[in-house]
Amino acid sequence: MPSLSTIDRVGASVLALFEFVGALSTFGARACVEAFRPPYEPREIARHLYQFGYRSAPLILTAGMAIGVVLSMHTRASLERFGAEAMIPAGLAIALIRETGPLTAGLLVSGRVGAGIGAEIGAMKVTEQIDALEANAVDAFKYLAVTRIIALMIAMPLLTVLMDFAGIFGGYLAEAAVSGMSWSLYFERAFTYISYSDLIPATLKTIVFGYLIAVAASYLGFSASRGTEGVGEASTRSVVMGSMLIILSDVVLVKIIFFFYPAVSG
Amino acid sequence: MTAVRFDNVSKRFGALAVLDAVSFDIAKGTAFCLLGRSGTGKSVTLRHIVGLVEPDSGTVFVEERDIKGLSRRELGEVRTHMGFLFQNAALFDSMSVGDNVAFPMRRHTKLSDGDIRERARKKLADVGLEADYDKMPGDLSGGMKKRAGLARAMALDPSILLVDEPSAGLDPITAKEIDDLLVATKRGGTTLVVVTHNIPSARVIGDDFAVLQEGRLLVHGTLEALDASEEPLVQAFMRSQGGG
Repeated sequence: MPSLSTIDRVGASVLALFEFVGALSTFGARACVEAFRPPYEPREIARHLYQFGYRSAPLILTAGMAIGVVLSMHTRASLERFGAEAMIPAGLAIALIRETGPLTAGLLVSGRVGAGIGAEIGAMKVTEQIDALEANAVDAFKYLAVTRIIALMIAMPLLTVLMDFAGIFGGYLAEAAVSGMSWSLYFERAFTYISYSDLIPATLKTIVFGYLIAVAASYLGFSASRGTEGVGEASTRSVVMGSMLIILSDVVLVKIIFFFYPAVSG
Repeated sequence: MTAVRFDNVSKRFGALAVLDAVSFDIAKGTAFCLLGRSGTGKSVTLRHIVGLVEPDSGTVFVEERDIKGLSRRELGEVRTHMGFLFQNAALFDSMSVGDNVAFPMRRHTKLSDGDIRERARKKLADVGLEADYDKMPGDLSGGMKKRAGLARAMALDPSILLVDEPSAGLDPITAKEIDDLLVATKRGGTTLVVVTHNIPSARVIGDDFAVLQEGRLLVHGTLEALDASEEPLVQAFMRSQGGG
């Protein structure tokens, strides 16, 4: 039978978890409300869009191409056994657009951008820059968190489309190297079985990924304490929390997509 | 007329009582110097004035308005009348020094960008940093950061200037220049609330003095009253650093 102190510890951990989830949810809900209240800080949003979107593009492009090459090699190895090599472009495009592209883009952005948001806001917290914003009559929550959340919600679907096409192009390079298939034939075969119901919901769900990554990282940044150690912790936890939220929310989002677009599940 | 009034203000952080029933008035256009050993609640007192910390009990009045009772918008309006130099300057490290000083003007005035830049350069010149407009905060020494922070705090020509350790980390010549600037600012009608350990500097700047000890106001009065105080801590303070 577990001792009372063990029960106490478990109870305290569960309570702490509920407290964290509650605080994170309140933070995220407040961001939704504040996003519709002036001032709208367009310059800050544009600055973050450049940081999160444009500056993530090389990573997304490289990763997308590599994934496309690898997926193509695996797909060829499987389909060759059935003499269905012609399906390689379509299989790869479906896998990339429906799931691999959005999920991988989300995880990469969580690593690159989520860590950056957590560290930057965390450093501002421990060096009193957030207090300085407030003392200068600037709503720090809005200026730091809401602008980043909006920017990442805009950047995520754009980066996902970039990853999808980089992956398809990577797949083409691998296929061209093996079979000498032309780009026009590859492109035509890749998109034969793709419809808007594959592309649009899967891409738009990354808006939710962007929201979750930025909310988690901003919250952890605002909660940072204990100097540089706290900043490092905020950064690390932002990546872990962002990645977990993406994976968990993906399960729910895919279920919702299947509900509204039954053809996608077929 | 009173610029700042503390009425029986108490504040605890966990089990630690940081301020314990503190009351004082600061008259408009005067310089109030808050003295005391480290960790006695001086910086927390400044944070109460600007509304970064709320009292657990008691009331903080700024220009006759209860800070705690203000809406976010009203608090923002009151804050635009105040400048705050933080202990570690708290410059925004994603902006240049010039942009740091220009920041409050960009947020709260309708001046053209050219006018804002010109005024930011003037404010930086007042603290001897006219050549450092385009530098990033990370390229400045601790003392230079402090001066840039002071320039930012004074950017909107505030009616109340809160200054946390103005001469910490400065060489004696620059410290004297900052003291002279603060005195000139006070003569221009600005109320100063200065937290300092530097007694000679406080003697130059201050009109009214208070000593905090373990969250309680030990003594409050003029320089003469503090010099005459028989409290051992006050005596030790007033006679330190060649101050008396």
